[in-house]
Amino acid sequence: MAKLRQAAIYGKGGIGKSTTTQNLVAALAEAGKKVMIVGCDPKADSTRLILHSKAQNSVMGLAAEAGSVEDLELEDVMSVGYGGIKCVESGGPEPGVGCAGRGVITAINFLEEEGAYDEDLEFVFYDVLGDVVCGGFAMPIRENKAQEIYIVCSGEMMAMYAANNIAKGIVKYANSGGVRLAGLICNSRNTDREDELIIALAEKLGTQMIHFIPRHNVVQHAEIRRMTVIEYDPTAPQADEYRALARKIVDNKNFVIPTPVTMDELEALLMEFGIMEADDESIIGKTAAELAAELAVA
Amino acid sequence: MSELTREETEALIQEVLEVYPEKARKDRAKHLAVNDQSIEQSKKCITSNRKSLPGVMTVRGCAYAGSKGVVWGPIKDMIHVSHGPIGCGQYSRAGRRNYYVGTTGVDTFGTMNFTSDFQEKDIVFGGDKKLAKLVAEIEQLFPLHKGISVQSECPIGLIGDDIEAVSKKAAKEMNKPIVPVRCEGFRGVSQSLGHHIANDSIRDWVLDKRDGQGFDATPYDVSIIGDYNIGGDAWASRILIEEMGLRVVSQWSGDGTLAEIEKTPKVKLNLLHCYRSMNYISRHMEEKYGIPWLEYNFFGPTKIAESLRAIAAHFDDSIKEGAERVIAKYQPMMDAVIARYKPRLQGKTVMLYVGGLRPRHVIGAYEDLGMQVIGTGYEFAHNDDYDRTIKEMGNATLLYDDATGFELEEFIKRMQPDLVGSGIKEKYVFQKMGIPLRQMHSWDYSGPYHGYDGFAIFARDMDMAISNPCWSKQTPPWKKRPEVPEASELKKVA
Repeated sequence: MAKLRQAAIYGKGGIGKSTTTQNLVAALAEAGKKVMIVGCDPKADSTRLILHSKAQNSVMGLAAEAGSVEDLELEDVMSVGYGGIKCVESGGPEPGVGCAGRGVITAINFLEEEGAYDEDLEFVFYDVLGDVVCGGFAMPIRENKAQEIYIVCSGEMMAMYAANNIAKGIVKYANSGGVRLAGLICNSRNTDREDELIIALAEKLGTQMIHFIPRHNVVQHAEIRRMTVIEYDPTAPQADEYRALARKIVDNKNFVIPTPVTMDELEALLMEFGIMEADDESIIGKTAAELAAELAVA
Repeated sequence: MSELTREETEALIQEVLEVYPEKARKDRAKHLAVNDQSIEQSKKCITSNRKSLPGVMTVRGCAYAGSKGVVWGPIKDMIHVSHGPIGCGQYSRAGRRNYYVGTTGVDTFGTMNFTSDFQEKDIVFGGDKKLAKLVAEIEQLFPLHKGISVQSECPIGLIGDDIEAVSKKAAKEMNKPIVPVRCEGFRGVSQSLGHHIANDSIRDWVLDKRDGQGFDATPYDVSIIGDYNIGGDAWASRILIEEMGLRVVSQWSGDGTLAEIEKTPKVKLNLLHCYRSMNYISRHMEEKYGIPWLEYNFFGPTKIAESLRAIAAHFDDSIKEGAERVIAKYQPMMDAVIARYKPRLQGKTVMLYVGGLRPRHVIGAYEDLGMQVIGTGYEFAHNDDYDRTIKEMGNATLLYDDATGFELEEFIKRMQPDLVGSGIKEKYVFQKMGIPLRQMHSWDYSGPYHGYDGFAIFARDMDMAISNPCWSKQTPPWKKRPEVPEASELKKVA
């Protein structure tokens, strides 16, 4: 048996982590790999395209019903979908109550104790909530969990800020454990020179842009049907893009401790690509009236 | 042990500080002082109410301890719910000797533990639904309870349970006060913030709700605030105040009831025993209702007489006469107690390390017995406590704030007092050194110590500890074996 590879997918909220992860995992399964997805988001929408369902019953949801997580069996929480992909959702509270981070910790501990990571498994992908807000959402990158991290991003300012911040988080755990940054996945938003920009950011972070996924409507068409592109239209060129990403990840050997950049460096990069303009120091903190007065003098 | 001079005490402090790393030494130096009665403001000589250093073995508690264990816990006809995991409630259950009357489990609940017993799912999904359910169950199972307080444990402050919303809704439904208390243990530096938070919750959730509702008041109505009735202390105090002609409308929180708290804003004078834990609510009542408050001290006949006269000064001549009558009645009994014990205790020295008010309040009682307090300190005092202590302690005596395990041991080893007054954590450490110790949190399961009744018991207990023959018979084994070979002989063997 090949050694189990555990990967976590991070990135800014709404960037397309769940869609990318599921399409990628579907491509891996199509190629005969044994894969599991662990959704680490209280919304529990990391497996719907694989299972054709709205939201899978989650570990924490079932635990709340049963009384405690000890009352659950592995088969209660694990569903098998397209291509034999095993699916688990950690689940958690609705917004505004409780502690979602603790839910992730509890669910992952449960999976380990119950032997969810069996010998046949080749890949586990953790699909993690957009912003790493507390220790719970760092659970997948702590000791003995995910060893490789992929950051989904696009050529937009906030997505790149987020990528840099996530790289900082990885540095923290890279020094105490084995976690490494394995690459940026650019999920295109069709901004100008997007690929060049992400390649430049990847270089600064000490990593690679592992793949550039172009934007295509077929992804949405498949999603409406709660399917991945791989399953919905295997002949679509977009499906080949996900297959290419899957192949690159299988062959990936480029695992690094990232070198996150300072805010100034990041902004310089954004300015170089025309995404951001230089601050005009002369106008900072001035009211409309003051500026009008200055203008009149000039 | 003879008294130390100012220079000797200062040298002792320096010597003890020497073992600390530089940063800790700098910090601890501010918490240790040689008393100087001429100083008006303690902040010139001692720092207090600061975060304890890790590793020093502080004996402080947390905000939850201050609210649940001290201020709210003894209110006997309410149910105090420890909201969070099981431990906080279970290990604080019936921990203090707050005596009370009533039938436990029926109309009083002082020694019981009510908790929401958090599990993983309550952390993840929030515990407010569980809280609402348990509050409804309490109403069904214990219908004679008069109200509920919700004592927040640490996780509540992290997961953001809206305990105020649950409390408001349930209070409306059952028409009884439900008081949410945000006393999460990680807040503040000691139990002291918990006292303050609990005082504020009394202000916001109990007193305010009763504005405008009265009872037939008299000009002689007073309230006893901040007596926790350890070993029956509040009862021994109350009889004196009643005997001098005043009416004790309320007494809390020791043996206290919710109705008594609610009636307090109608009294003429608040008698404040533990200043540290209840000054906040006393000040509030002064501001809002114009009720003056007076700190009194019922430890030992000298302080009792002073306090009775100070209380009487707030009232008419009939009460002033009453105070004199009470003093005259009990003085002969006190003289007899002193005649019996003073010859045995005269000149003995004491070192204290307690919380609340005792590090200064019991000094007079020891002095009545001819004893001298040569060192004192507080676990969680603020500087207003030390302001009040400086005048009570002799010049060149030792003051220690939030003393570390090491400091207390070293000070006591070096100063060799005849008695230590502290708690259960210290008791066996010092008794094994051969120094008698009386617990001044629980009165060592004796009491009361307040009032005239209490002084007789106090005197007996101190004598019992100091004069116990066991101390002279306690020779450690290593001192019994002079046959230990000399180092030179050991070398020969090797």
